[in-house]
Amino acid sequence: MKTKLRTMAEAVAEFVRDDDVLVIEGFTHLICFAAAHEIIRQKKKNLTACRLTPDLIYDQLIAARCVKKIVFSWAGNPGVGSLFGLRRAVEAGIPRKVEIEEYTHFGMVARFMAGASHLPFMVLKSFEGSTLPKKNKNIKFIKCPYTGQRLATVPALNPDVAIIQVQRVDEEGNAQIWGLMGVQKEAAFASKKVIIVAEELVPSSVVRSDPNRTLIPGLIVDAVVIEPFAAHPSYALGYYDRDNQFYVEWAKTSKDQASLEKYLEDWVYGVSGRKEYMEKLGADYVNKLKAKERLSGPVNYGF
Amino acid sequence: MASYVPAEIMVARAARELENGEVVFVGIGLPNLACNLARRLHAPELVLIYESGAVGAVPDRLPLSIGDPCLATDSISVCSMVEVFNYYLQGGLIDVGFLGGAQVDRFGNINSTVIGCYEQPKVRLPGSGGACEIAVHAKKIIMVLKQSKKSFPEKIDFITSPGFLDETNLRKKYEMPGKGPALVITDLGVYSFSARTHEMVLTEIHPGVTLEKVRENLGWEVKVSRRLQTTKPPTQEELRIIREELDPERIHLRE
Repeated sequence: MKTKLRTMAEAVAEFVRDDDVLVIEGFTHLICFAAAHEIIRQKKKNLTACRLTPDLIYDQLIAARCVKKIVFSWAGNPGVGSLFGLRRAVEAGIPRKVEIEEYTHFGMVARFMAGASHLPFMVLKSFEGSTLPKKNKNIKFIKCPYTGQRLATVPALNPDVAIIQVQRVDEEGNAQIWGLMGVQKEAAFASKKVIIVAEELVPSSVVRSDPNRTLIPGLIVDAVVIEPFAAHPSYALGYYDRDNQFYVEWAKTSKDQASLEKYLEDWVYGVSGRKEYMEKLGADYVNKLKAKERLSGPVNYGF
Repeated sequence: MASYVPAEIMVARAARELENGEVVFVGIGLPNLACNLARRLHAPELVLIYESGAVGAVPDRLPLSIGDPCLATDSISVCSMVEVFNYYLQGGLIDVGFLGGAQVDRFGNINSTVIGCYEQPKVRLPGSGGACEIAVHAKKIIMVLKQSKKSFPEKIDFITSPGFLDETNLRKKYEMPGKGPALVITDLGVYSFSARTHEMVLTEIHPGVTLEKVRENLGWEVKVSRRLQTTKPPTQEELRIIREELDPERIHLRE
């Protein structure tokens, strides 16, 4: 069997194309900044970037001119405030105008559910009374054929490529996540191509010893990238903590386009990849974020 | 009486509203402090659910974000967001939902999307997140936010999350499962909603705050309850927990 193992540079070059509909999911947890940085270094352009929370990761992609449109449901710096890169693009067209297609979290979750199920749309009870359906014509209402109840619908979202970070994976791409798992499973099943980025490569026997933890099976995975610390400044439970200080300081770093570009110059273009990025952060900095041990009790899969 | 900042009386007041055993959809910031204060005092069996998928969370540090690792560790369940929104929220399991926003109108409709027009916004705000569906489904909504003429205008620029929508309560027409906003807690006082007109009514005023100050910071003529009371200030114990255990760095307790 042909290997799925790739370096980050190889995976992005092979699977992310200009004009793609891209999703890098991860709700606060396991957000693959390393992949976004590689996309920026490879100067990918005109991406339609989907995520519930654009977060700092799309703030950076937008400031680096990789994005023509975002599809999202909550565009802030979590726990801190604004995403200034995104706001500059939306409010003033700096460095370029970015289109928006906006939902609620439930709306985005439902879009990925429809996408993963390969149905054209999903129903949900939301959006009534909100101004949002007036501004986004993709949000519609139907009458339930059984009860007559009025329900909202959103169309399936089927991205060209999903990049999903996980804690551990085997060579075939069987990917395991624990802790918060957001909407990663649905985003992966909804997408045409899937890149898994993992903190750790493990033998298949490790995956098979705990199959309930496999969120994404290798059969839908196209590439496997092993890249420790790839989620910094977000986190990987059991590996390293969220770098809250980075998120707080981003308010300053991103305040104007020049200082955000300086950040990209130093920390994205200025390094060849995650390994150099970590060296630049320094061992002390990285060690401070290392997770403490908190093992769960084993379960018996015997029969 | 101990001195305190407005955020502290807001947190203490919100905490007292929560009953033991209730299931609460928690937001970050002051609502998070209120829920964790209630859990340490009168409501140890409060079930905290965060939209990130943590169910029965027992955060042992202040979660800066709604997806902080401390919410998963030691929780009773971590589920996907598909389950949070479909099975928990839409499933009718949430007793209380906390919401904030940039603007609130007299019917408890909330704007957290844009200031100005949507297409060319003066200020682009974060948007709904899960707020719209929390507003639709949670049995009861409590809002916690600072009060000013700007944040409580006559008319909001965008309805992100529905309150009662108008004086006729359009929630009914839309068959929304949740009962809508119950309480608005600001830095000046506490409002409930008239069962008849579905408008905000001032029911409590914080110690040292005048009605004049409330009027100066409201975009419409305030309705005052005939049984207006003074909000009970935070106790020493509440303040100790807030300051020493919940937010020692005073991230959410600035003036």
